[in-house]
Amino acid sequence: MNRYPLWKNVFVAIMILIGLIYTVPNFFGESPAVQITPAKSTTKLDSTLLGQVESLFEQENIPYEGVYLDARGVKARFANTDTQIRAKDVLQARLGSDYTVALNLLSRSPDWLRSLGAKPMYLGLDLRGGVHFLLQVDMKAALSKAAERFVGDFRIALRKERISYVGVSREGETVQINFNDEAELIKAKAVISKEYPNITLTESSNGSERVLKASLNLVEQKRIQDFAIKQNIQTLHNRINELGVAEPIIQQQGADRVVVQLPGVQDTAKAKDILGRTATLEIRLVDEDKTDAATLEKAANGQAPLGDDVFKDRDGRPILVKKSVALTGDYITDAGPGVDSQSGRNTVNVTLDARGARIFQQVTRENVGKRMAILLIEKGSTEVITAPTINEEIGGGRVQISGMANTQEATDISLLLRAGALAAPMDIIEERTVGPSMGQDNINRGIHSTLWGFAAIAVMMMVYYMAFGAVSVAALAINLLLLVAILSMLQATLTLPGLAAIALALGMAIDANVLINERVREELRNGNTPQASIHAGYDRAWDTILDSNVTTLIAGLALFMFGTGPIKGFAVVHVLGILTSMFSAVLVSRAMVNFIYGYRRKLSKLSIGQIYRA
Amino acid sequence: MELFRIKNDIPFMSYGRLTTAISLITFILAILFLATRGLNFGVDFTGGTVMEVNYPQAANLESVRKAVDSVGLKEATVQNFGSSHDVLIRLPIKAGLSVSQLSEQVKTALIMADPKAEVRRVESVGAQVGDELYENGGLALFFVSLGIVLYLWLRFEWRFAVAAIIANMHDVVIILGFFAFFQWEFNLTVLAAILAVLGYSVNESVVVFDRVRENFRKMRKASVVQVIDNAITRTMSRTIITHTMTQTMVGSMLLFGGEVLHNFALALTIGILFGIYSSVLVACPIAMWLGVSRANLIGDVEKKDDAIKGRQKVEHAEPHPSDFA
Repeated sequence: MNRYPLWKNVFVAIMILIGLIYTVPNFFGESPAVQITPAKSTTKLDSTLLGQVESLFEQENIPYEGVYLDARGVKARFANTDTQIRAKDVLQARLGSDYTVALNLLSRSPDWLRSLGAKPMYLGLDLRGGVHFLLQVDMKAALSKAAERFVGDFRIALRKERISYVGVSREGETVQINFNDEAELIKAKAVISKEYPNITLTESSNGSERVLKASLNLVEQKRIQDFAIKQNIQTLHNRINELGVAEPIIQQQGADRVVVQLPGVQDTAKAKDILGRTATLEIRLVDEDKTDAATLEKAANGQAPLGDDVFKDRDGRPILVKKSVALTGDYITDAGPGVDSQSGRNTVNVTLDARGARIFQQVTRENVGKRMAILLIEKGSTEVITAPTINEEIGGGRVQISGMANTQEATDISLLLRAGALAAPMDIIEERTVGPSMGQDNINRGIHSTLWGFAAIAVMMMVYYMAFGAVSVAALAINLLLLVAILSMLQATLTLPGLAAIALALGMAIDANVLINERVREELRNGNTPQASIHAGYDRAWDTILDSNVTTLIAGLALFMFGTGPIKGFAVVHVLGILTSMFSAVLVSRAMVNFIYGYRRKLSKLSIGQIYRA
Repeated sequence: MELFRIKNDIPFMSYGRLTTAISLITFILAILFLATRGLNFGVDFTGGTVMEVNYPQAANLESVRKAVDSVGLKEATVQNFGSSHDVLIRLPIKAGLSVSQLSEQVKTALIMADPKAEVRRVESVGAQVGDELYENGGLALFFVSLGIVLYLWLRFEWRFAVAAIIANMHDVVIILGFFAFFQWEFNLTVLAAILAVLGYSVNESVVVFDRVRENFRKMRKASVVQVIDNAITRTMSRTIITHTMTQTMVGSMLLFGGEVLHNFALALTIGILFGIYSSVLVACPIAMWLGVSRANLIGDVEKKDDAIKGRQKVEHAEPHPSDFA
């Protein structure tokens, strides 16, 4: 009578098999590896890089265990750290600055597991070592910066319309324009509200003067703030690429915060320096008088003619540009990819603010037919992003940069134009650093807690419930297996609190089996036959198990919703542990009990410890 | 082996006055400690910096203190923990200096004083982060309680829901009372432990309540008190065994888990111990005084049970073990 239908046994077996497959990668350990990623988002990533890396290893006689291409770059595994470091040096020297080469660790699991997508669990920073920053974007500064731009814009607009005003000034995030008479104010109001629909204008008086106050409405404020955080994240991405971190995490958290996690980074001072750095964009004219080969060659060796600077463009060719700066990136309000309606070529469309537009118009008017270089200055080094030819005078503040090879390049360059500098300053409001030895210690602590606790529970259960205890322990082991498998599958971040949650999940999961075993004993005590007792015991315990797990689940979900960082890691494992325990404690243990007892016709006794009969 | 050979039901409910008195006293004491001593909040909540520094030789606390003082932090505490090689430094928030600048300065000073010093862990939290944690912690506690009350209300009856949540809040206050009395550090992991305990010890009440409901059906002639006494007695073996098992795991964490998990395991230990007591000896008397009876429980529940079973059949959401055999 206590038999599962075949499909149910097969189902349990398949689940356990899947559990095994996805748990196994955690036992292979990790090999030293290097990771090669393109330094710029514009560099294409395909199998040519893979071939290039492989042939470099052949040439340099570096023994490697495997080379793989994935979405982020090329990874290569080595037998030991000496080879790893030699390979890194070779790759860095030979591939040049187009690629970032970082040291990493790769799972040693065999290829067939990798092809199934079975990976080891993803360890959090507290287990692998590294640094975690929480950065707060100064949104007030982003808004004042926007207001500052409006001060200039308004002045130009008013002058253009010949409206006389006393002064334009910024007060926090609002712009204040003073007038001597009401008529001018009304004219100004009409002009401004037409050109800037997202601005709220209020009138007031200050002594004899009439005052027009301009403030950004909520929609515009939100747009500026969203833009600021997106741009800051993009800038952080670009900067962190330079650090050569294997798997950085850069994520927005809430409306105005950014989480940055750099596994394996120990030099926190350098990391902080790079995160807080400011980059600027400049537009300068190319010195067209000095483009002959001799001057360029000299320039390449660092001898620039008087009044010029020499920089390299993106293909590594030297370009001479004038020292005087025509326009800085502060005037750029937006940049995006586009297509030229006449030629159909890909372009980057840059929007300048009013002042920038005026300057740009003047510069282009005076330099038609010449080339203009757009420079990104970061960390003391300058790169020419592009140097297009000026075809005509450009007014209106909308600049179309042509000469893009494809849509991808146009998108990337507009990103670069936007992402060169931080849109608003950021403060580090939380920092957590864990040294590598500490990480290993934490792993050991978590594993020791779990294993010793498990061993003690196993002994007690088997002594107390005999064969049923052994079944409970086996179910608990399968619970652990499934939990680790799911965590590996989801690649959820495992932290030390997460390890604690694994231990706790096991400690709590045994409750279901205790409930079942006690129920079975009770049924026996009431004089039922062994087979009927098994049946009734599992049956009656189920309601209780369900109820008690739901309440625990509620607590776990609340933890997940309101927890941050380590708490979230705890909550994820806690919730998953409850779900796997429902499966293993009820279905798996029943399958085993059925297997042991379900096929016996004459069953007089169950091995479930002593039964006291009243 | 069988430890619990209880022939007759233990008259738990007749001890109602005594157990309630004990609960009230511990509860009031806990509140008293919380009010007078307050919780010793960790940097997660208060903001500030904690650094763990390891030295290859026994650390010289005096020189570490001097190095920290040189940065101009008089309120810093420097102490050994774990072993004589490990030093824990706590720094308060310093006005005009961001948390990351501060930790960098202290790190430099420590390495100047002893180049062999290895900074193993740094946690710096700015003041604004801490404030949000209070809020989120409070919200989490509120929603856990609300969720549990609603679920128990749906599955049992409002009297049980109220009794269970009172019993469990009583556990939470007592854990907090312990942390206040001993001035153990209250950090994020302790908060997680408290919320986990809340979910876990409701289990306990659920198991007993389940039995109470079953008994109301089976023991047609028994009084409410007899029904509850029988339910507690019959589930006692399971209660003790389960908690022993869970506590074994938590004890293992206490032993092997190190500094980070220590207070987490401590909170769980207190929660488990008081959870047994309160879910049986606090929740049941309260439910009884609220007037739980056969009529208001079974009348309601049988309809609800049918409703739930009907839904399961339609959705095939959860296999019911009775379908298995």
